[in-house]
Amino acid sequence: MSELEKLHEAVIEGDWKAAAAATEAAIAAGVAPLTIVTGCLVPAMDEVGRRFECEEYFVPEMLLSARAMKASMQIVRPLLVATGAQPIGRVVIGTVKGDLHDIGKNLVASMLEGGGFEVIDLGADVAPERFIEAAATKNANLVALSALLTVTMTSMKTTIDAFQTAGLREKVKIMVGGAPVTQQYADAIGADGYGESAGAAVALARRLVAA
Amino acid sequence: MSRLGEWLAGGLLITDGAWGTELQARGLAPGAAPDTWNLTHPERVEAVARAYVEAGSQVILTNTFRANAVSMEGDLEAINRAGVEISKRAAAGKALVFASIGPTGKMLMAGEIGPEQAVAAFAAQAAALAAAGADALLVETMSDIEEARLAVAAAKSTGLPVIASFAFDSGKNKDRTMMGATPEAVAAAMVEAGADAVGANCGVGVEHAAPVCRRLHAACHLPIWIKPNAGLPIMEETPEGTAIRYDTSAESFASHYAALHEAGASFLGGCCGSTPDFIRALVSTRASAPCASS
Repeated sequence: MSELEKLHEAVIEGDWKAAAAATEAAIAAGVAPLTIVTGCLVPAMDEVGRRFECEEYFVPEMLLSARAMKASMQIVRPLLVATGAQPIGRVVIGTVKGDLHDIGKNLVASMLEGGGFEVIDLGADVAPERFIEAAATKNANLVALSALLTVTMTSMKTTIDAFQTAGLREKVKIMVGGAPVTQQYADAIGADGYGESAGAAVALARRLVAA
Repeated sequence: MSRLGEWLAGGLLITDGAWGTELQARGLAPGAAPDTWNLTHPERVEAVARAYVEAGSQVILTNTFRANAVSMEGDLEAINRAGVEISKRAAAGKALVFASIGPTGKMLMAGEIGPEQAVAAFAAQAAALAAAGADALLVETMSDIEEARLAVAAAKSTGLPVIASFAFDSGKNKDRTMMGATPEAVAAAMVEAGADAVGANCGVGVEHAAPVCRRLHAACHLPIWIKPNAGLPIMEETPEGTAIRYDTSAESFASHYAALHEAGASFLGGCCGSTPDFIRALVSTRASAPCASS
């Protein structure tokens, strides 16, 4: 089994030690850092997302895989930066104002990172102006909003409206998700997309940055 | 006979419905922590509790779901104590008061908090609720068996009966918790943890509750606690902003009474989106059921 195959398996199995070891070995064998990301980590996390969609994996398995992916990225990222490679997109992500729940948001952030995005995570209870400031200063092309509660999801609309007022609405694509959020709500508040799950969020983010 | 056994000797007990949406109808701002109202607006919290007692609830909860030290800040001892006192005043001896303990909202397995932190938070909350005179403690809306084990152990140390209820909202058939736990795994773990009853609350709608109830009932000898959502929220844009309503009516919710009773439910009420009307509908459905007392 090649080092990349070992890494692929380690991420899917959620074994962070094996993932780090395989990454080190791959680099020592001369595999390009970008190849490790696009040729191995991204497809491995896609497979994890697929298993999650198919209800074979649940949150614990996904967390372990994300941890393994991050162990590999920690080794690869400095090398990538040195080569000047660009991420496929820059995402500012956070749970909207008034909502302290971050489990779903953290999962989506991990999956986006595993999907090749640079992720700027603002945490939970994020006010519209913080999303705007981060999107502007980090030159993000994507903003991802999360909410767990029906009573806080209205902050998504406030945030999207604030981007409009700030004159930045055309500069970013805005995606929304979370337990109470539906496609219907996403359309109603003028979001560019809705992801039903963490796996779906990655596919959506790729579509949005390609559009 | 255990205290729970004595309470259930007359048959299924009807519990209450949602509190958060009822408090919002009384002016709680979206995104604000409902628990703080126990100190700032006790009369409005009591109005919600009383509405359920008047609707026929035989068990009411307390407005203390988030009042643990991981989920929120503030004078938690006072918030928990006031929560029990408010519900007891509203119950006035006509309903039992089961005090609500929700999850921390952090993931143990991701290392967001350590087990000792969760234990300390649950133990302090359980002690405050018990000291204020709760009849039983309800550990609810759990998704992680490990976190529930810690909460149940902390709650049991008060000597009160403890009910452990999980949110089954994941998987193809909506019969897994977010963490992937099945009704069978939950039942086995909660029997082992020493819970006096086990159950399902929240979730994705009353139509998914009966299969989960049946499986919990088949997997253990404990009484089953069932409190499903009134379906899923539907958003409507109105001139005043975004309005939220749930897609299940009180009558259609109550039409599941027979199925849930047959599936082994010992306690029955509603979660998010349900109102005192839902409880009234359950009470009247029970009164007209063929075996009203069984």
